[in-house]
Amino acid sequence: MYIIIVGGGRLGYYLMKALLKEGHEVLVLEKDARICKTITDELGSVCFRGDGCEAATLAEVGTGRADMMVAVTGDDEDNLVACQVAKHKHNVPRTIARIRNPRNAVLFKKLGVDVTVNTTDLIIEVIEHEVPTHPVTQLLTLDEKGLIIVDVRISPESSSVGKTVKDLSLPKESKLALIIPNEGNAHVPVAHTVLQAGDQIIAITPSENKEELEAALGGM
Amino acid sequence: MNILIMGCGRVGARLASLLDEDGHKVTILDNDTYSFRRLQPSFGGTALFGNGTDEDSLKKAGIEDADVFVALTQGDNRNVMACQIAKHVFKVERVVSRIYDPLREEMYNALGLETISPTKIFAQLLREQIEGKE
Repeated sequence: MYIIIVGGGRLGYYLMKALLKEGHEVLVLEKDARICKTITDELGSVCFRGDGCEAATLAEVGTGRADMMVAVTGDDEDNLVACQVAKHKHNVPRTIARIRNPRNAVLFKKLGVDVTVNTTDLIIEVIEHEVPTHPVTQLLTLDEKGLIIVDVRISPESSSVGKTVKDLSLPKESKLALIIPNEGNAHVPVAHTVLQAGDQIIAITPSENKEELEAALGGM
Repeated sequence: MNILIMGCGRVGARLASLLDEDGHKVTILDNDTYSFRRLQPSFGGTALFGNGTDEDSLKKAGIEDADVFVALTQGDNRNVMACQIAKHVFKVERVVSRIYDPLREEMYNALGLETISPTKIFAQLLREQIEGKE
């Protein structure tokens, strides 16, 4: 696949390395001459100096045959415009934008960006996971279906300890997928599985039911 | 008309005063209050601190009642993003964006924004001035 990355910062740099390793043809567009030189010195001609929001620059690097554009600069508006130019001027089939302001996710979708990666929320989730009292961590968002996969920890004080799965009033469309007990092997819960303190539960739920699920599992 | 202008630079401040004189209800938004020094003392509209690519700031600035939104910051990308928010989220009837880059200007024009490229217009004016005086 030919993948164009806009922005040669840390994110762009490590993304490029990962994609090169997978055998893709990758090109980074970077405005800053110094960053460009650093990348080129290390990895060869995989970095082009130019503004990834400019149609002319994108034409020069053959964006018309690109399979994917990933815009990972630090500015949401630059990422938006790079994706829109790629999509509308060069018909790139898949565009991905990094966003820092979580509220831009909905807007960018509406404006034709295929995928948004919200780095702010991702980092918050990871840090929250490390806070011992935090019961629910969002692991993955399945945007198209409106579902999220969460990790719920059952504390000893939780009201769900000792209950069977069928006795929990789980919200609609929420399913427990896996239980990882404190000791022993992970297992798939069935109706009569009893929840224990210390269980870690992987569940899938519509994103709007996250709090209900949390309540049903006796979190908070 | 209710007119919301984003960016209180020389052009923004001047446009705000002109529209104010014409009797329109003008609000001008900038993320640096120091920019408001450019407004003429006679300006009777509202000058508001805020970020035009943030939906809350736009709401506070009264975008829901705006008939026209004009984006005049130095950043082309900021301008087109703000204009697209105005058009697609708040359904403002007319949105006008300054876009310096002529190619980007053509594209966003094709995508339905009203756009003006000062680069194109000014180059054209200069050419006429130079060639016309021969």
